[in-house]
Amino acid sequence: MQPMPRALKALSWISGALFAVALFMTLFYAPREAVMGDVQRVFYFHVAAGWVGAVAFLVAAVAGAVFLIRGDRRWDAVGLASVEIGIAFTLANVISGSVWARPIWNTWWTWDPRLVTASVMELVYIAYLLLRQGIEDPDRRARFGSVYAIVGFLSVPLTFLSIRIFRTIHPVVVGNNDPTAQGAFDMTPPMLQTFLFSLLTFSVLYATLLWHRVRMQSLAETVEQLKMKLLSA
Amino acid sequence: MTSGAASPRAAARARGYLRAVGAVLWKDLAAELRSRELLSGMLVFALLVILIFNFALELDLATRQTVTSGVLWVTFAFAGTLGLNRSMAVERDRGCLDGLLLAPVDRSALYFGKALGNLAFMLIVEAIVLPAYSILYSVNLFHPGLVGVVLLGSIGYAAVGTLLASMAVQARTRDVLLPILLFPVVLPVLISAVKATNAVLLGLEAAELWPWLNLLIAYDVIFTAAAFMLFDYVVEE
Repeated sequence: MQPMPRALKALSWISGALFAVALFMTLFYAPREAVMGDVQRVFYFHVAAGWVGAVAFLVAAVAGAVFLIRGDRRWDAVGLASVEIGIAFTLANVISGSVWARPIWNTWWTWDPRLVTASVMELVYIAYLLLRQGIEDPDRRARFGSVYAIVGFLSVPLTFLSIRIFRTIHPVVVGNNDPTAQGAFDMTPPMLQTFLFSLLTFSVLYATLLWHRVRMQSLAETVEQLKMKLLSA
Repeated sequence: MTSGAASPRAAARARGYLRAVGAVLWKDLAAELRSRELLSGMLVFALLVILIFNFALELDLATRQTVTSGVLWVTFAFAGTLGLNRSMAVERDRGCLDGLLLAPVDRSALYFGKALGNLAFMLIVEAIVLPAYSILYSVNLFHPGLVGVVLLGSIGYAAVGTLLASMAVQARTRDVLLPILLFPVVLPVLISAVKATNAVLLGLEAAELWPWLNLLIAYDVIFTAAAFMLFDYVVEE
């Protein structure tokens, strides 16, 4: 069995350390928001998780396209890994958002464009996993997965647009704000630093998880091949 | 000079391509004309869905005004999956797909033939369901604008549906898989079609209608192009 690459080991430790620092900054360094109180601290991980989710699905679509063009199965492993990570982070994003929305919007859930888009996105990629599960031939599974990752990713912005034409109450903290949004706030410098640091932490965490997951996939394939060899011998 | 020499050949190629699309479409229509199993299934199913909605939603006069567009599109979407699944399963089960793939034509011609066939079946079902709904609930659905909305919505639905159905029928779990794959992806079509239908039926001004029509057109173009490029990989053996 191949040992874990040094760089991957280092990266794992780095993301662990970064995560600890990000947690500290979120809980202690960032000031308490004047109006919303401590619940606002959810924001730092909430946005970072949403960011990783979106990036992960973009990576899956790109990996799908590269796989279809080149036919190298490693790209399919990257796509699958990215989708799985994206599902986990999008779920974290939706749940942390709900925790925040309960006191601020006075409801766990509302049919706002971003909320609906995030949940539809989640459903698209759960469908992706179900599609893969239903196909035995590994080559076809990889092709279909790639096609669906591309189609799904194309539809997400249109879903957002179609619901966006209704009015939204979700605050836009980064960029210009809509005065009708509820729960908006302006970031002070320590808040901004915490926010950017969480984005960095989550991005590094994503890269680490992706690498681990791709490596696991190749190990699983090696095991499968060894099993076949043993059975045929 | 090269373009002058190439253009008759290109025109001949385009004619051949269109002939291939037409042949696949004609095969589906002729088979359906003889068996009528797909259309009759879709139609009866669509009418049943409308019947169920009648009791589930208590479609009285006031409710009808607001929910008609939603009921119609849910009906079309459900009946549509039935048709899509059937039309691709037939190709798969009797080994017809392999025969089609052996034909010396561009694979995307097969896609467009199948997609046009599915679109035709959807439009036929819609052409029967709309007047039936009109009569059953005395809602006037005869607006010229509605024809455009139904056409645009059905094009988007058939474009994505044909691509995804050809994947779904090759999976072990195919009967459950198609709606799960299709609905989250086709959601923008359903939302904007419902909203556009509503705008037409309530006689809202054009400014309320156009954003939805634009979205439908954008969706149709993007997904027809995507399916055109991706279909090759779906039927590859």
